[in-house]
Amino acid sequence: MHETSVVHSLIELIRESLAGGDVARVACVRVNVGPLSGVEPAALRFAWAAVSPEALGPTAELELVTGPVLAWCRACEAEREVASVQRVVCPVCGAPTPDLLTGRELELESIELSTTE
Amino acid sequence: MQTVTQTRIVEVRQKVLKQNDVLARELRERFRAAGVTVISLVSSPGSGKTTLLREILLRLRRAGRRVAALVGDLATENDARRLAESGAPVRQIVTGTVCHLEAQMVAGALADWDLAALDYLFVENVGNLVCPASYDLGEALRLVLTATTEGEDKPRKYPTIFNTADAAVITKIDLADAVGFDRDACLASIQAVRPGMAVHEVSARTGAGVDGLLALFEARRYSRERTDVTIRSGSSPEAPTPA
Repeated sequence: MHETSVVHSLIELIRESLAGGDVARVACVRVNVGPLSGVEPAALRFAWAAVSPEALGPTAELELVTGPVLAWCRACEAEREVASVQRVVCPVCGAPTPDLLTGRELELESIELSTTE
Repeated sequence: MQTVTQTRIVEVRQKVLKQNDVLARELRERFRAAGVTVISLVSSPGSGKTTLLREILLRLRRAGRRVAALVGDLATENDARRLAESGAPVRQIVTGTVCHLEAQMVAGALADWDLAALDYLFVENVGNLVCPASYDLGEALRLVLTATTEGEDKPRKYPTIFNTADAAVITKIDLADAVGFDRDACLASIQAVRPGMAVHEVSARTGAGVDGLLALFEARRYSRERTDVTIRSGSSPEAPTPA
């Protein structure tokens, strides 16, 4: 399980993105985990629960989103969502689709901060 | 007095493993500048990475190539000792509790090596078909190995690692019949998760197919002077590549 390493990198990126801001105000972080990112969402949540309270405070939530695996179908000359990661073919014509366009993402999309006025 | 809690969204849109990616890119540039071709091997534990790599190192050395290897493991230096039998310089990276190699571990292990004195550097990752998929090591070529003894469906179970690799290697083909290996099913499994992927079938024990892999390496080799050295298979039952 490398998700603990991933959470450490994530926390480092959060700190860097807030440029010295108060990390205790982090309410939620939104991370895009592609189906071909190599990261297991459940393991990432587990690692987040273990590591984040000490680094960011107890209230920081992790929101995971995932997108489709899109590929270019040379036969249809169109962008398609592949049948599955176990069967990388065009769902319309059935041709193999070696040209993957998305699916490998592991990105910090945004950080939600609570501000008290 | 009333306090109102509001929220503010900070848009980031950056890769979580950005630091690793940046370092891997720097390593790749360094390797290219030094003229060393870096090839990594990933597989589950026991697929035969070390045995195959020892054979590759021996043959490349015999062909006059300057080679070295880094090998990652959670514990022990046994693999480094086995690889060193080839006569090539070998360095072990003991990762402790970490289940994969990262670019900074490779950079650290290379710190005092003269890369320009090498033609090839091999990096044997920790035996693991999951975690290494997320980490770019700056290699020019990544091989994913699956052994005939593991059955036919490893690619379908671990599509991500097959998607990060450049070529697949089926190892231990000398054992295929003994374990009832279904070659067609395995090839279909690879093509299902990674259409068009090149596949090499090898046996480190008999030497079958190893020269085909070396030809792939030579085709990918960075070369300062591009001298063509014939790869000879020595004691292997395979015919030497004609000059």
